[in-house]
Amino acid sequence: MKVVSHAIRELTDREYPYGFVTEIESESVPRGLNEDVIRAISRIKGEPEFMLEWRLKAFRHWLTLKEPRWPNVQFATIDYQDIIYYSAPKTNLPGTSGAEATIEEVDPELRAMFGKLGIPLEEQKRLTGVAVDAIVDSASVATTFKKKLGELGIIFCSFSAALREHPELVMKYLGSVVPYTDNFFAALNSAVFSDGSFCFIPKGVRCPMELSTYFRINAADTGQFERTLIVAEEGASVSYLEGCTAPMRDRNQLHAAVVELVALDDASIKYSTVQNWYPGDKEGKGGIYNFVTKRGKCKGARSKISWTQVETGSAITWKYPGVVLEGDDSVGEFYSVALTHNFQQADTGTKMVHLGKRTRSTIISKGISAGHGQNTYRGLVSVQRNATDSRNFSQCDSLLIGNRCGAHTIPYIEVKNRSSQLEHEASTSKISEDQLFYAKQRGIAGEDAISMIVNGFCKDVFRKLPMEFAVEAQKLLEVSLEGSVG
Amino acid sequence: MLTIRNIHACVGEKEILRGLNLEVAPGEVHAIMGPNGSGKSTLAHLLAGRESVHVTSGEILYQGKDLLSLNPEERARAGLFLGFQYPIEIPGVGNAYFLKAALNSIRKAKGLPELDAFDFLELVKRKMKLVELDPKFLERPVNQGFSGGEKKRNEIFQMAVLEPTLAILDETDSGLDIDALKVVAGGVNSMRARDRSIIVITHYQRLLDYIVPDHVHVLSGGRIVRSGGKELARSLEESGYEAAHRKVSEGVLG
Repeated sequence: MKVVSHAIRELTDREYPYGFVTEIESESVPRGLNEDVIRAISRIKGEPEFMLEWRLKAFRHWLTLKEPRWPNVQFATIDYQDIIYYSAPKTNLPGTSGAEATIEEVDPELRAMFGKLGIPLEEQKRLTGVAVDAIVDSASVATTFKKKLGELGIIFCSFSAALREHPELVMKYLGSVVPYTDNFFAALNSAVFSDGSFCFIPKGVRCPMELSTYFRINAADTGQFERTLIVAEEGASVSYLEGCTAPMRDRNQLHAAVVELVALDDASIKYSTVQNWYPGDKEGKGGIYNFVTKRGKCKGARSKISWTQVETGSAITWKYPGVVLEGDDSVGEFYSVALTHNFQQADTGTKMVHLGKRTRSTIISKGISAGHGQNTYRGLVSVQRNATDSRNFSQCDSLLIGNRCGAHTIPYIEVKNRSSQLEHEASTSKISEDQLFYAKQRGIAGEDAISMIVNGFCKDVFRKLPMEFAVEAQKLLEVSLEGSVG
Repeated sequence: MLTIRNIHACVGEKEILRGLNLEVAPGEVHAIMGPNGSGKSTLAHLLAGRESVHVTSGEILYQGKDLLSLNPEERARAGLFLGFQYPIEIPGVGNAYFLKAALNSIRKAKGLPELDAFDFLELVKRKMKLVELDPKFLERPVNQGFSGGEKKRNEIFQMAVLEPTLAILDETDSGLDIDALKVVAGGVNSMRARDRSIIVITHYQRLLDYIVPDHVHVLSGGRIVRSGGKELARSLEESGYEAAHRKVSEGVLG
């Protein structure tokens, strides 16, 4: 509790603490989107021909699609010609993109920015045993611990570097889980994605440290379109963390990322996200539109993919990290905390597609709504004909704070065989005046009581996060709930 | 310790307390009895600072200070404790976690160092014995899945840990069988001290066989209509509240 109340006091006046802008020279392509822009991005990045072809195919497909309007969120029309699709911090070294810079070569301003965010890039300072790939706007600026991981045959680098150094791996797996035809935003991402992280764990290797990507949108009017691809070969395992922040800006910014995970026989991938994009101000002005496609494929038998997400930021969150359970006896998990405050909107959940026999999935979703926030859980559990003896357990709980917010639960369930079992539990509760009064009568201040109750509500999910992330997530919730006691 | 002067208070539009006076000295145990709807729980909530109770006139002094100017958590930190008639469930929050937060915020307000996990555990284990609570309780969510009797014992356990200066126990006896009643009363009696006052609110005389009060008051129609020693409780049991009220009214009229 000491930590809790201290953290709240400390942040009372600061609102969104990551809202600063760093003055970095950046190089951008002209505003708008056409084939020339895509060619320019591909050229700047020095990509192989197949990549450009793929981008163009995705772009042409995108032109035939309409922006989806089925999510339970409201927003003004996005002008896709008014976005800058590529912006990268300029490096001082001629002929290199930011991605190639070693730690020492990273612009000191940039390094200072990550220091401010609490993410020092200097490897020697990192005692936590987490390897970081830091991405600013469109380009990766530094990847730490690369050498140490290399000794184990683990590839952990920016997507651009992977395209240059391991094109055959990228070609083999890119789009194999989320094809560019998947949806409007995935097609857009496939056409213009600028960078991201690539991670490959070879057969039988257990990655000895947490791998982490830190995303930061800095430049104004840019969209961020990164792509992450993680492949765990037979018997390999990895735990991956993703964190995000952005400056405060009046205009909405678009973030349309794609994450693909592939797990072969007996492999396991654990992917944790703490998403804290700028949520907009108290009146609902500005903020990030977070339209993200994340999917994992349990391709091999007995493989396991686990998603844990804590969504506290963004004006609008629209994402459904899912698992395609293709291999027999494979396991998919989804643990989520989504918080909406002020005028934030979230339409999030998961898709569990059971294809293999005896596949199992677990869904635990905790939605918290405060202020005017609207929170929708939307989930699909699909058990196909051949996925005999499969099981799913879903639990969707909503917590309301105040009386102007909303919670919605929309589960879709389809089962095409007779031997599978599904369970769905849902609850909606409200932090009551009685609970607050009870806590206050015992000497606990109102905001502390709320964060205590919210943390209790989210406990099942926080337990799944790596230790340090769990602490960060807890603090983040407290900060995000500032002023929710009316 | 506590002085209530001519308090008038409403819940919603309805005036519940109509000119209530009460004086509680340090070390005293007062019992407030009365029929349903006489204003007993309203008085308890008023003292603890519940927002739904609006004071229209009168004043309350607690340790010489204006109680009504303090918010509920400030009152708690100043040593005022309310044992709830219906203890509230808080799912997901462990009993021990909750109580440690409460104790440390009170200690902090008193300028005492916060207790760490070890000292706290030692303290609560000792206090749990007072009300015969199983240590497993500590890990369970606050009041969730507790039986009626367990909830009431938990209130007394919290009181024992927080060591208030003024404890108000709102119908702590309701819903208890005789064995649980003895345990709860034993817990309360062990808390009696020269510098601690206790107000026991009850509908029945039964509890007062085990917690013997120094003063007994009859609350009716939002006022204290009769006060006396512990023998008053017994006479009430025999003649009922109606008679007690009538007697007083006649006295006032005559």
